[in-house]
Amino acid sequence: MEKKITAPISREAAAGLRIGDYVLISGTIYTARDAAHKRMREALGRGEKLPFDPKGNVIYYMGPSPAREGRPIGSAGPTTASRMDRYTPELLDLGMGAMIGKGRRSAAVKEAIVRNGSVYFAAVGGAGALLSKRILSSEVIAYEDLGTEAIRKLEVEDFPAIVVIDSQGNDLYEMVENQNKLG
Amino acid sequence: MRTIQADAITKNIREMCIEANHFLSKDMRQVFEDAVKREESTLGKQVLLQLKENLKIAGEDMIPICQDTGMAVVFLKIGQDVHIEGVSLHEAVDEGVRQGYTEGYLRKSVVGDPIERINTKDNTPAILHVEIVDGDQIEMTVAPKGFGSENMSRIFMLKPADGIEGVKDAILTAVKDAGSNACPPMVVGVGIGGTFEKCALMAKHALIRDISEESPIPYVRELEKEMLQKINSLGIGPGGLGGTVTALAVNIETYPTHIAGLPVAVNICCHVNRHTRRVI
Repeated sequence: MEKKITAPISREAAAGLRIGDYVLISGTIYTARDAAHKRMREALGRGEKLPFDPKGNVIYYMGPSPAREGRPIGSAGPTTASRMDRYTPELLDLGMGAMIGKGRRSAAVKEAIVRNGSVYFAAVGGAGALLSKRILSSEVIAYEDLGTEAIRKLEVEDFPAIVVIDSQGNDLYEMVENQNKLG
Repeated sequence: MRTIQADAITKNIREMCIEANHFLSKDMRQVFEDAVKREESTLGKQVLLQLKENLKIAGEDMIPICQDTGMAVVFLKIGQDVHIEGVSLHEAVDEGVRQGYTEGYLRKSVVGDPIERINTKDNTPAILHVEIVDGDQIEMTVAPKGFGSENMSRIFMLKPADGIEGVKDAILTAVKDAGSNACPPMVVGVGIGGTFEKCALMAKHALIRDISEESPIPYVRELEKEMLQKINSLGIGPGGLGGTVTALAVNIETYPTHIAGLPVAVNICCHVNRHTRRVI
């Protein structure tokens, strides 16, 4: 069963999602990975505003390959989310709606997800060509000098993802691991 | 003595970088077909079908299979009767990588210094491994390596008393820890023996071996089979979302080692196990 959701995402919509749900996301999302997170942290440290308001917004941990002529973006699959764990709770406490990435998150991130009623989605790692087809437009809005690591504003349509940590703190990866321990 | 122009190396490396990032080798494509049939979990099957579709789109529309087009790992086997004319070998290879990654719309993922972290903007330098062999030809292998899986690779300096059971534990530990981060289903390259660096290099080399090829050493062949079965029974599955296909292959290489040691290196690769080979 597929669930269609829109980005930015409301707390109500996030609350209705459970681990294992297969969702199709449409709307506006933002990319940021290691270097952009570091800069956002530094900006917050100086009391500056972020390049976009995290409130309700979805961050996609992704650095694309360059676009060929006539295309909005190149290959565009998720990167490992745990590298952003150090920066994530702060963004969640600023109201970040959801994250898209791949792989497990820290206990601190999970607590912040529950505290703020957010959600963490996984996109299929290594499916960058397929996922690029669901991105309609891409615009660099900050940190252009970082190249692939710049912050991009993306318009997506039916972007496929799976709920791996829901707003109640259920964790699909952990469940898979524990099932195996029992089996 | 046969003379080979450095330009010829550059041209081939350029083409191979582009080729490897858009098309998987035949052995990898075959193993994918088998995996889709074998996977028992519904979500796992869905992930594998997405990955199959992804490969199709990549080749038809010339979009890299994965956005992490990797650091360019290049293996050269140079015949000892070859004379290379032109720029230095390293320059010839780096120029090929530079041209391939800029003209081929590949991502530039290399920083010039591990701490200062300024992007070199052309994906150079390559990681170059050179071996001098008999003959008057050059065999080139280009294997772009992504870091989602590279980050999950490990080296274990075991004790001789740990024996083969210790080796098995080490491999399983690395794979379990890699889990969903390494974009399973993975290919697992293992080096056993040698020294610290030789062992790591063997593990990398094991990844570029044809996946359908088994080790010529009987006990190693058995170990490859046993570890593939054990890894798949971990239940990590495609995308780490549960399932019966966690690894597509386990390739193991061995080398003589010291009386005091048993090094084991585990180089994890995601399902996009890119490698392409040419001989000039």
